[in-house]
Amino acid sequence: MSQMASVAQNRHALSRVLATAADVFQVPESGLEGASSPDTIESWDSLHHLSFVVALEQEFGIQFSPEEIEQLLSIELTAMLLDEKLKQRRSTDGD
Amino acid sequence: MSVLQKTDRRVEIEQLLDNGQWAAAHVRLGDLWHGERKAATAGYILARYEQLRDRLSLTKCRISFLRSTVVEPLMPFLQTAALVSGIDPIIQVGPFNGYAQEILDPCSSLYSFSPEIVILAIQTRDLVPDIWEAYADLSPREVNRSVSRLREMFSQLISTLREHSDACMVIHTLEKPVASQGVFDLQGTEGQLATIDHLNLELKQICRQYRGVFVLDYDALIAQHGRTRWHDEAKWLTMRMPFATDSFMPLVSEWMKFIHPLAGVTCKVLAVDLDNTLWGGVLSEDGQDSIQIGLEYPGAHYRSLQRAILDLYQRGILLAVCSKNNPDEAMATLQNHPGMLLRPKHFAAFRINWQDKAQNLREIASELNVGTDAIAFLDDSPIERERVRLEMPEVKVIPVSGRAQDFAKALRDCPFFERVTLSMEDRKLTTLYHEQHQRSDLARSSGSLEEFLRSLDQEVAITPVTPETLRRVAQLTQKTNQYNVTTRRYTEQQIEDVTKWQDWNVYAVQVKDRFGDNGIVGAIIVRLDADICEIDTFLLSCRVIGRTIETAMLGFLTETSRAAGAALLQGWFFPTKKNSPVRDLYSTHRFKPVANAHGGTLWSLNLAEADISCPEWIRLHVTNGFCRAEQARA
Repeated sequence: MSQMASVAQNRHALSRVLATAADVFQVPESGLEGASSPDTIESWDSLHHLSFVVALEQEFGIQFSPEEIEQLLSIELTAMLLDEKLKQRRSTDGD
Repeated sequence: MSVLQKTDRRVEIEQLLDNGQWAAAHVRLGDLWHGERKAATAGYILARYEQLRDRLSLTKCRISFLRSTVVEPLMPFLQTAALVSGIDPIIQVGPFNGYAQEILDPCSSLYSFSPEIVILAIQTRDLVPDIWEAYADLSPREVNRSVSRLREMFSQLISTLREHSDACMVIHTLEKPVASQGVFDLQGTEGQLATIDHLNLELKQICRQYRGVFVLDYDALIAQHGRTRWHDEAKWLTMRMPFATDSFMPLVSEWMKFIHPLAGVTCKVLAVDLDNTLWGGVLSEDGQDSIQIGLEYPGAHYRSLQRAILDLYQRGILLAVCSKNNPDEAMATLQNHPGMLLRPKHFAAFRINWQDKAQNLREIASELNVGTDAIAFLDDSPIERERVRLEMPEVKVIPVSGRAQDFAKALRDCPFFERVTLSMEDRKLTTLYHEQHQRSDLARSSGSLEEFLRSLDQEVAITPVTPETLRRVAQLTQKTNQYNVTTRRYTEQQIEDVTKWQDWNVYAVQVKDRFGDNGIVGAIIVRLDADICEIDTFLLSCRVIGRTIETAMLGFLTETSRAAGAALLQGWFFPTKKNSPVRDLYSTHRFKPVANAHGGTLWSLNLAEADISCPEWIRLHVTNGFCRAEQARA
């Protein structure tokens, strides 16, 4: 059951990142895509980036290392990193 | 599941906004926030308030943060928490680590922002890095030097801010580190932790010397939440933000406990249900002998709730019962049950019947002379809570889960009951209301109004404000909504400043009658300008409206302004949603309208032609008259 749930979670990483970004940057989700980044989203400045980090940590129940925070350069890269982290967590959970 | 629920809630909110149901949308946004206090949710809610904030009557509050760390990611949390509680915060975050410059420079952005609240959130490691980081290296003399340097810095910062601003200040205490010498640190009087305790005591002493300067026990907050969980060392080192994500809400909630009373967004009344709230079980079914209340489980949960309610009573919150029950049986239980802490004498109003609770709450508000927005409601039944929330969105319904053991905490956490100062009047508020009951009984039994007023045997004392009465007078300007001609709000600091200005006079009005001392229930602020005496503030607590005290006050003003050489007594009336009781004050006392501006009317009384005398059923005591500039200098 928990494995099924995490597979579902994994599949949804991108859509959950999109939803979270839409809330934090206060833009409609339709205005976001995988390539959206601080260069294309006006409200994605360095302080909002911190809020985005906090929001993702809360949404996915994970913590980013300082190195990882620097890799969150676009929606797509963020989703890829999260997929990776969730996969790691599943294997350390041992199920 | 949570994703689905989240979507449902948001769909409902969007519909309410589309339909223009602003108050209901406000309620539902509050529900959404209480369900998931997360950064993403805060972003969503804040975007919705862009549309809502001007359509609701929210209390604006300007808050400035002086800080030594990155606090920006906490701000959406604070804004959301404030908005859903009826406060529209305008927040300024001062330059990073620039707190001292901001306070010391009179032209700083801090002062041009003119905040009402300044929150000083500086970490120990930034204030006294040697004591935080390298205590083991320090000699006792070096420790003393650091301690006195910090003491001087705090004194200077606070007194300078006081000079340039009348904002209230909230200052974080110093947080304790992990002792560098381990358990040995505590085995003497000069350890690292003892030094920080000492610094915090000194800080509290300095704050007490000033009006409107308050201490937030930051170290206790961290301890309560869990010291090891509070920080995120990686974020501190890379981004200068020390707080772990899970610490955001505890800190924001603590700030809200100060913001609510300082912004004046508080509840004066707590209305409580009885069955499964004050006690376990249903009285009309189980009977008095079987309900659960006392020292043993499960009655002990209800008893600890009663203790929390009693603490609010001691803080001056009025209590009311709002319960579906048989009145005789419920009153007998309140009176006689051996396990109860709360007794009928603690309550100022009772609505024990089978009526709709929203209606009962309206009646309680009118009996206690408060707006329904000043009422908080505690009920275990989700149906009753929902009914009241939708019917009366202005009532603060305490969010509780179904579990009795959580009720006391929910009440103690509720920021609407917080007070930063307490006057004598607050502490004996319920006694005052009981006397009020006796007065209304007398009013019903007396024939004519005049007979009633005579029988009250009233004494009115009008006295220039003193350091002892300052707090109460400021509080009256902040809390009085109904009998208040200009609704100008003043802080203690502002009132104190006004008393120092030439030609301005501030008076406290105290009323006694045969049932007791009502305390200070009125205030007057006037300014003499050549031959015009202008009334800046004229207000009476609703407890004493309709007893001709206003005539005694105006009588005092005509006499003293004439004696001071004035030819005209003038005052503005600015109508608000709530001050219709005072609308006719000036016209019934034969003032003439002479100007209109800013939505108000200026009323004037020619002192050579007209006079107002104190009603003969009031004994008026006047300590002294006006203080003119020449006299003040002489």
